[in-house]
Amino acid sequence: MEWVILLERWLHFLAGITWIGLLYYFNFVQVPALAAAAADTGGPGGAAITKYVAPRALLWFRWAAVVTWLAGAALLGSRFVPAMTLQGENAIIGLGAWLGTIMLLIVWGIIWPNQKKILGIKPATDEEKAKARRTALLASRTNLMLSIPMLFFMAASAHGAGLFLN
Amino acid sequence: MKNPLDSILGTIISGLVLTAVLVVIANSIV
Repeated sequence: MEWVILLERWLHFLAGITWIGLLYYFNFVQVPALAAAAADTGGPGGAAITKYVAPRALLWFRWAAVVTWLAGAALLGSRFVPAMTLQGENAIIGLGAWLGTIMLLIVWGIIWPNQKKILGIKPATDEEKAKARRTALLASRTNLMLSIPMLFFMAASAHGAGLFLN
Repeated sequence: MKNPLDSILGTIISGLVLTAVLVVIANSIV
C-alpha cells in the first residue's frame, strides 16, 4: 500500500511540475515574448510561436492539470472529504486542494475555450479574438496568483503543519 | 484603479497577500 501512495505522490509531482511549469512559461516567457515580437516592426514576428509552440504547450498544460488533480485526489484517499470540507488539520491540505481545483476549472473552463479562438481552432472574428486574448491573459494571471498560496499549502501540509497547531 | 494582474509583479504581490490572508484563515480553522 505504501508503494501505491508513493507512486501517486510521484505522479502528482511529475504532472504538477509539468502543469505549473508550463503556467510559469506562459506568464514569464511566452506572453512577454509575443508582446515583444508584435512591437518589433521588421522582426520575425510571433507567428511561429503561435503556430508551433503554443498548441503543444497548451496540450501538455491542460492534460497535466487533469493528471495532477486525479493523482492528488487519489493521494488524499480517505482524507479527500475531510480535506475538501476543511475539517481540523485537514484544512491545510484542503486549502491547497481547493486552490488547485479552482485552477483546474479555470484551465478547462476559461483558458482553453478562449485559446481555441486565439489559435484558430475554433472560428472567431478579430473582435472575438481580441476579447478572448484579454480573458485568457487575466485567467492565466489569476492561476499564476493562485499558484503561490496553492504551493504554500501543499508544502505546509507535509512540512509545516505544526506551525498551524496552537 | 489599475488591475494588479496586468503586471507580473502585481500578480506575484497579489499571490503573496492572498497567501497571508489564507494563512490567517487556516490558523483560525486548525
